[in-house]
Amino acid sequence: MNNLYLVQLLTIFKKEFARWSRIWIQTILPSVITMFLYITIFGNFIGERIGEISGLPYIHFIIPGLIIMPIISNSYMNVVGSFYSGRFQKSIEELFVSPLSSHVILIGYVLGGVSRAFVVGFVVYIVSLSFTTIPIHNVALALFLTLLISFLFSILGFINAVYAKSFDDINIIPTFVLTPLTYLGGTFYSIYNLPEVWQTVSIFNPIAYMVSAYRYAFIGVEEMNTYTAILMMFILIFVLYSLAIYLLNKGIGVKN
Amino acid sequence: MTKYALEINQLNKTYRNGVTALKNINLNVEDGDIFAFLGPNGAGKSTVIGIITTLVNITSGSVQVYGKDIAKHPEFTKHMIGVVPQEYNLNQFIPIIETMVNIGGYFGLSKKQALKRTQELFEDLGIWHKRESTPRELSGGMKRRLMIARALIHNPKLLILDEPTAGVDTELRLTMWDFFKKINNDGVTIILTTHYLEEAERLCKNLAIIHHGEVVKSSPMSDVISSTRKHTYIIRADSKITDKNIFKDNIQIVDDKTCELTVDNKISITEIINRFNDNNIKVIDILSKRNKLEELFIELTQSK
Repeated sequence: MNNLYLVQLLTIFKKEFARWSRIWIQTILPSVITMFLYITIFGNFIGERIGEISGLPYIHFIIPGLIIMPIISNSYMNVVGSFYSGRFQKSIEELFVSPLSSHVILIGYVLGGVSRAFVVGFVVYIVSLSFTTIPIHNVALALFLTLLISFLFSILGFINAVYAKSFDDINIIPTFVLTPLTYLGGTFYSIYNLPEVWQTVSIFNPIAYMVSAYRYAFIGVEEMNTYTAILMMFILIFVLYSLAIYLLNKGIGVKN
Repeated sequence: MTKYALEINQLNKTYRNGVTALKNINLNVEDGDIFAFLGPNGAGKSTVIGIITTLVNITSGSVQVYGKDIAKHPEFTKHMIGVVPQEYNLNQFIPIIETMVNIGGYFGLSKKQALKRTQELFEDLGIWHKRESTPRELSGGMKRRLMIARALIHNPKLLILDEPTAGVDTELRLTMWDFFKKINNDGVTIILTTHYLEEAERLCKNLAIIHHGEVVKSSPMSDVISSTRKHTYIIRADSKITDKNIFKDNIQIVDDKTCELTVDNKISITEIINRFNDNNIKVIDILSKRNKLEELFIELTQSK
């Protein structure tokens, strides 16, 4: 890579990393506390009454989904919050009057979201170890999926930030789209326990594939084909990345 | 290399809401110039600056910076340009030294290089002691100086200043003028928009006046100063000025012994004093009310 691009990319990444790590009480802690409560209540208290799902203790079954939830929300919120805040303050103009390519801007922001997602995911995993020990079935796959999922939702957050016209707009997608899809994506249950209609509906929920793939990486249980999940994520990343680059090149949301 | 730092040809801009902001703008700024780009509010100055810095899309026409088209060679032209916008657009939440390092990085400077350059600029502009502050903790004048430093971090050859001294006290304004002259002497071409016409008259060698999206005047400052048709003076006399016919209808009585006189540029101060003397009024003080550029500016922007 050209040295100029590398310096530019590292600058944006460091800026983004510094932004969320400086305010870790707002960015990291809430997700960790929420997941701690989920594991305590659903995994421990209720899980003991539920027994086993797919031959595994309920707490083992839900932990991969509970790690994926903050990975999705943190990668998304990091990028949408940071880029929209820059637009709101107009400090984003610093990027556009500089000789930065659209790819460098996008990847820089996305890596900021990915870094936050990795840290949150890791901390939630460490917290889960205080309740139960889960030897990870395939560490490399878990890391690879974390990268893909956080990359995908960071791009989605970026696109949301481009179109947002107010701070309210950056919460619409997470509240009305991502949260329902995540909860209905099989985090807390096996989709095969659902009525047939809802099983069919779940096939069209991309997050169900991600949860399934992540669960496979963690505990070796696969509800949907993992290769299909990975292929779907690559396609979504390609499409959304292309859209984000198009928006940047056109200067939508930034240029007049 | 071309002798022009900036060449604007047949530039038009119509916004999506149908508002035509610029109509066939043609403008050349010579390398090494301090160029005044003047006009009333809403005339189109900031749109032109937005286009040069690629923050506003062009409807038609072209802009070249040091001979290269901004649309075809954005990397080159952005390296050449530093811009100080009219509105504060600083990240409010991080120390200003961090802002400088980030901007340096966007232009390919290492942290070490950016810090070195920041220290030079902050010391020159008198804000080095505030380097760990966030913009929220700075006064208006300090924010202006920070934006100037930010625009210069990558040693641009063309500096665009969009009302850089707005809201700045007189003493600081004079210091900033000295700074602009110094960097111009060091080889930086400056384009200055300002509402302080005295500032333009003192600093700039050439000017353009834009009004309703059109360039209505473009010439050397020296030509402007010698070409204005009217001049207004405040005259204080030792006795009552009663006869308004001394200069026909160009005289306005301010009080018994003071009047405001607008005369043709060809009429000399000696002639004015003699005319009063002929009417048995002794002139004890005579002041120029407006500078020449101000006269021209009003003439051009109020005539349409």
